Amino acid sequence: MEYILIIISAVFVSNIVLNQFLGICPFIGVSSKVETAIGMTGAVTFVMVIATLVTYLIYHSVLVPLDIVYMRTITFILVIASLVQLVEIILKKISPPLYQALGIFLPLITTNCAVLGVAVLAVQKDFGLLESTVYAIGNAIGFGLALITFSGIREQLDLLNVPKRMKGVPIAFIVAGLMALAFMGFTGIV
Amino acid sequence: MNQWKNFSKGFIKENAVFVLFLGLCPTLGVTTSAINGLGMGLATTFVLVMSNLVVSLVKNLIPDKVRIPAFIVIIATFVTVVELVMKGYVPALFDALGLFIPLIVVNCVVLGRAEAFASKNTIWSSLVDGAGMGLGFTMALTVLGAVRELLGSGAFFGMKLISGDAMLLFILPPGAFLALGYLLVLANMIKEKSS
Repeated sequence: MEYILIIISAVFVSNIVLNQFLGICPFIGVSSKVETAIGMTGAVTFVMVIATLVTYLIYHSVLVPLDIVYMRTITFILVIASLVQLVEIILKKISPPLYQALGIFLPLITTNCAVLGVAVLAVQKDFGLLESTVYAIGNAIGFGLALITFSGIREQLDLLNVPKRMKGVPIAFIVAGLMALAFMGFTGIV
Repeated sequence: MNQWKNFSKGFIKENAVFVLFLGLCPTLGVTTSAINGLGMGLATTFVLVMSNLVVSLVKNLIPDKVRIPAFIVIIATFVTVVELVMKGYVPALFDALGLFIPLIVVNCVVLGRAEAFASKNTIWSSLVDGAGMGLGFTMALTVLGAVRELLGSGAFFGMKLISGDAMLLFILPPGAFLALGYLLVLANMIKEKSS
């Protein structure tokens, strides 16, 4: 039950993009087509879950015992950067089709603040190992939900007669604002 | 290169937020008030100037293949410095900015300038570039913070201007997206007028 609550709260109540403002760059940058949005979601889910797991283990088995918690930021970003490289190499070897689909998104993920953000948040919230993993999965679903819905709306927007000065990014932000407003309706359900 | 031009491009022509759309997460996340925007902007400016300085100093020592991880380590070092200094001297602001302080590491503006500018230019140019881009970013955050604070709580830098209730929506998450969206429209209008 507790794990279901973590997922619901991560997906709907405090959605990582629309409520916590993490991962805005891919949210605006790769959301003009549904297909690329799905690819990005796949890559982020993959990296986010593994990264949260690995950083959790490193934090609790290396940084805390050695009393060097202030090294958290440097350690986490290095872990994520090398993890992305590793995932890229492994995918290329064992699953070329998946690599073809996710390949171009993987390098972008190193500087996706959602991945580092979730890893740091999971540690800050004092979650256990299983809770952290569930939390990462929930946030990845939340990211996917926001990104894919948003890209669907943007595809439709292309067909509309948007005022010239609002074309592109400005109207995208206004749409995102309205989506965030809709997601506020979930406040208080958990 | 003309250093004044190099400095001033960060404010209007290549403004990180309004023109390049970089560093959007902290832009939306911390701008619930003008003072938070200013604090976040200055913290980012410090990291940007210092990382630009160090990157341009060591640019000839780093092999091309490992340059991105090397840049990230340099940036992360200064972010940790900012984290510790802010925790010690301005704990209230540190708490208000929260997660977004460690996230300066993944701010695309910082890595972007290291890669696109500091790794190719002289130390002095890189310093000026970092200061210009950083202060331009600070300006954008302060403007957005001021707009949201004014609409959302009727105050300006903490001074209450309008008594009674204001549009709370602008302090809440949806207000961040809406306010930035309309500010971008305004920026487009200004751009059209000037050209």
